[in-house]
Amino acid sequence: MNSNLRLKIGLAILTVFTIGSLLLPFFNTVDPSQQGKYLKNLPMSSAHLLGTNSLGQDTFWFLVFAIRNSLLLGVAVSLCSTIISVLVGLSAGYIGGWYDRVVMLITDSFITIPILPILIVLGALVRGSTSFFSIGLILVVFSWAWNSRTIRSIALSVREREFINMARFSGMSTLGIILKEVFPYVYAYTVVGFINSILFVINTEAALAVIGLSNVRVPTLGSIIFWALNYNALFIGQFTWVVAPVVATVLLFLGLFLTSTGYNELFALRRGRV
Amino acid sequence: MGLVQYITSRVGAYLLVLFIGITITFFLPRMMPSDPIEGYIAQLQSQAGQTLSPEALESLRNSLRELYGLKGSLLTQYFSYIKRVFLTFDFGPSLTAYPKPVSETILTALPWTVGLLMTTTLLSWIIGNLVGLIAGFFHNRRGATVLEVLGVVLYPIPYYILALVLILLFAYVWPIFPLSTTILPGPLTLEKIGNILYNSFLPGLTLVLAGFGWNILGMKSLAYSTKEEAYVTFARLKGVPPRAIMTSYVFRNALLPQVTALALSIGTIFSGALLTEVLFSYPGLGLLVRTAVGNGDYNMLYGTITISIIAVATAALAIDLLYPLLDPRIRYR
Repeated sequence: MNSNLRLKIGLAILTVFTIGSLLLPFFNTVDPSQQGKYLKNLPMSSAHLLGTNSLGQDTFWFLVFAIRNSLLLGVAVSLCSTIISVLVGLSAGYIGGWYDRVVMLITDSFITIPILPILIVLGALVRGSTSFFSIGLILVVFSWAWNSRTIRSIALSVREREFINMARFSGMSTLGIILKEVFPYVYAYTVVGFINSILFVINTEAALAVIGLSNVRVPTLGSIIFWALNYNALFIGQFTWVVAPVVATVLLFLGLFLTSTGYNELFALRRGRV
Repeated sequence: MGLVQYITSRVGAYLLVLFIGITITFFLPRMMPSDPIEGYIAQLQSQAGQTLSPEALESLRNSLRELYGLKGSLLTQYFSYIKRVFLTFDFGPSLTAYPKPVSETILTALPWTVGLLMTTTLLSWIIGNLVGLIAGFFHNRRGATVLEVLGVVLYPIPYYILALVLILLFAYVWPIFPLSTTILPGPLTLEKIGNILYNSFLPGLTLVLAGFGWNILGMKSLAYSTKEEAYVTFARLKGVPPRAIMTSYVFRNALLPQVTALALSIGTIFSGALLTEVLFSYPGLGLLVRTAVGNGDYNMLYGTITISIIAVATAALAIDLLYPLLDPRIRYR
């Protein structure tokens, strides 16, 4: 698949999702998580585009808010974790030696440790009373490792270039070299890593929510599935309640993934040409 | 010399992973604002209709603290926890199936998870890498694009979505597989093995498909870049048949980073397997964790999580230690 085509499809999907989920809530006056607002289990109609669910909520509006919340959580957490991974990766790659070895050992441990079990323990202890914010905070702790590993390996190769020596001999500070000379080379990957960790964050929160251990009262792509499974949506023929979030998740993730790989390859091509 | 250094560094990393993982599972919950013992006592109180006297409550609190390993300062608790985990493999009694030890229940669930995971990870890795090799080696044919699109579409789909889609398709729309797992009791007969395979099919398929995209795309780009290496061009000019170039020149070398990547992603795969087990009610560690959470059985929860971390770290170490067999550069450095 052409990388340009990938990027275009990915960006198109992301644009629709972002604009849709950010603008549509302004046209809705009812809190979508409020239960018993409408009659239960209504079929699809012009008033309820995807029908209503067994809790008396409008499935369409719940989904719109779910996508918005998941996206916002993903972007916020990913922003913090990307900053951490850039700092860790660049410093480890550039400084090298003992510092690099220790930092990489810790990074590899964070990659190897299975995250979900630890999150399950935390979720079980605070049971439902988890604020959305603290879930975000925990996700930051566990999502920086992959990116900093990659950024470090790029920094490692940049370090050997001649202009770095030049900068060092002309008296630039270590921090200055890292930010002004090395960072431009990892910038493209940082964008890719940023998008990848949005994917990771949305996915992990949703996974927790599906088994009821996130804050399931907040509409997210996971909590909508949690409620649908809890009320046996499939048995009572409420297919839209399950199928709609599944389709939305697949599309959103595909959009994120296509954008990140498309951008990555396009940038690699451009770098090769220069 | 190189080999010894390699093994020591891997074992060191292994111990560090265990240490960090177990320390996190110990300290993070204790930093949380809620107290499981108070929660449990409140639950007992409401069951007993608030009839328990303050003295009875106090003694209850004390014995529960001892049972949970929550006596003494944080540091003494920590050391006794480490000692219990590594020396005696003791996680205390289960609180819902009292006094059955937690480790016993975990040991019956462990083979299910390990069996399911090993089979699916191997299948997914082998098939995915072969498909990726073909897609990367013949990258300018139409078929390769189809394979790549398959990888691109499968890669970002999360485990729980795959599980739901498979349940939807093969347990509702076309009900040929069971909705949730029901394993026949009794000894291991031929019939029971068939039953296990039948019940494991959908969870297994979920895990294989989930790993597919990642393996295909990883191998595809590796095979593609390896194909452009000078030694491959030389082999082609020398007249080595294309099949041999594909297998022993390209595949053999492109395989190495994929082994390392597998070792690093074991944790993610394991997390996905836990979730898949919950959704299919598969009798492994995932379901155990889910029921432990539901019952507030904290000993069971900690035991399972600790075992999970040990299992994942050990699997990663095993892959790392097998690596020198594939890569002679480490053996002869």
